[in-house]
Amino acid sequence: MIRVALPFHLRTLARVDDEVRLEVQGEVTVRSVLDALEAKYPVLRGTIRDHDTGTRRPFIRFFACEEDWSHEPSDAPLPDSVVKGKEPFCVIGAIAGG
Amino acid sequence: MSGVRLLVGTVKGAFVIESDGTRKKWKVSGPHFAGWEVYHMKGSPVDPDRIYCSQTSGWFGQVIQRSNDGGKTWEAPGGGVTKSPQGWPQGESNRFVYDTSSETGKPLTTHQWYDGTQHPWEFKRVWHLEPSLSDPDTVYAGVEDAAIFRTVDGGFTWQELPGLRGHGTGPRWQPGAGGMCLHTIVLDSSNPHRIFIAISAAGAFRTDDGGKTWKPINRGLRSQFLPDQDTEVGHCVHRVAHHGAKPNVLFMQKHWDVMRSDDAGDNWHEVSGNLPTDFGFVIDINTNEPDTVYVVPIKSDSEHYPLKGRLRVYRSRTGGNEWEPLTKGLPQRNCFVNVLRDSMAVDKFDPCGVYFGTTGGQVYGSADGGDSWKAIVHDLPRVLSVEAQTLL
Repeated sequence: MIRVALPFHLRTLARVDDEVRLEVQGEVTVRSVLDALEAKYPVLRGTIRDHDTGTRRPFIRFFACEEDWSHEPSDAPLPDSVVKGKEPFCVIGAIAGG
Repeated sequence: MSGVRLLVGTVKGAFVIESDGTRKKWKVSGPHFAGWEVYHMKGSPVDPDRIYCSQTSGWFGQVIQRSNDGGKTWEAPGGGVTKSPQGWPQGESNRFVYDTSSETGKPLTTHQWYDGTQHPWEFKRVWHLEPSLSDPDTVYAGVEDAAIFRTVDGGFTWQELPGLRGHGTGPRWQPGAGGMCLHTIVLDSSNPHRIFIAISAAGAFRTDDGGKTWKPINRGLRSQFLPDQDTEVGHCVHRVAHHGAKPNVLFMQKHWDVMRSDDAGDNWHEVSGNLPTDFGFVIDINTNEPDTVYVVPIKSDSEHYPLKGRLRVYRSRTGGNEWEPLTKGLPQRNCFVNVLRDSMAVDKFDPCGVYFGTTGGQVYGSADGGDSWKAIVHDLPRVLSVEAQTLL
């Protein structure tokens, strides 16, 4: 199970209280995690990345295992701790706006 | 029981405020979608419990919400956990993509940026939702960067009507301070093929064929910020109001100037008359008196608050030119709020109820056509929009 931590506004939109847990088929990457997330919670489509291009929205960042994954290739394998569910894959809203 | 339901969009969520027909006591529910900007909500004229809502965020983009029970519960159409037989999410209610297809679309051009250079056309948010007069599943959406979309399946999917954006003058459209938004959609109850829209800053446009083709209707407008002051497009129209009893009459609050057209927008003339300032955002018409018009004058485009700190609605009973200040119940000192373009509405009772929201979080209501006012709520977040539903 992959753990995904969402920011408050996306948790309320998806109507979840805490981290979500996902089954991800194949290699665990940013793309495959987001694919699984959007498949389970379709209301999140377009809120994290563009509907059609898959481009990350400008004020969204991705963190995992204390590293910034926002600018890594979306098909790069995520760390083993994320794959094994020890650490969450974190979707973060940029702090801009205070 | 008959009553009024106000749909109030704010920068931090949506509020639904209800009263019986006396319009004396109000019950507030909300915030719905707490923390999100709610640009606009509007109910279907044929099914008032069907309400559409534009929920938006600079971080997370656009979400469309829908209620089937008068605002008690909400759903993002197709945004639940329902999946197709193949396991994929059903519906694309949050997807607003300009139609650039060779079959039905128009190429994505550029528009003018603040400094006069050309800038790419990019979807940002839905400013205004206008449900069909005859079908609760059909809704028009005015968006930034300016374009008009339509759903015919209750908000599950949205398609652009590209004839407007592709009209050919797009490179001359430019954003106002709030962005390049299509903020006004008026459906003509006497002609199902006729729609009026307004864009800041491009001007007003009209279609007579259900949205396939559009023409600019800005003759008579003058704008000092344009090099050619009476040009065909480029005007910063803030709001257009229309009354079904006089389908060819339109009233407009332009950036500066209150304007009137008697020929469905083909020609405009100024009716600012004795207004102390003719800058403002809102304009609306009394439901029972098509020549009774309301505006809220704002000091200037540089000072977005009422003159001398006195919040006053002005009413004309003569279709413009002759205006009277309405002050009873409104703050007449130290008031420095603004009233944004989608923040005034009327109900269908007699006497007509008139409502408006402020950037200070107040929603004021009048149950006597504007003669007297009362704050329905004092301390909401900055109000972006107010709609009134008459429940019979």
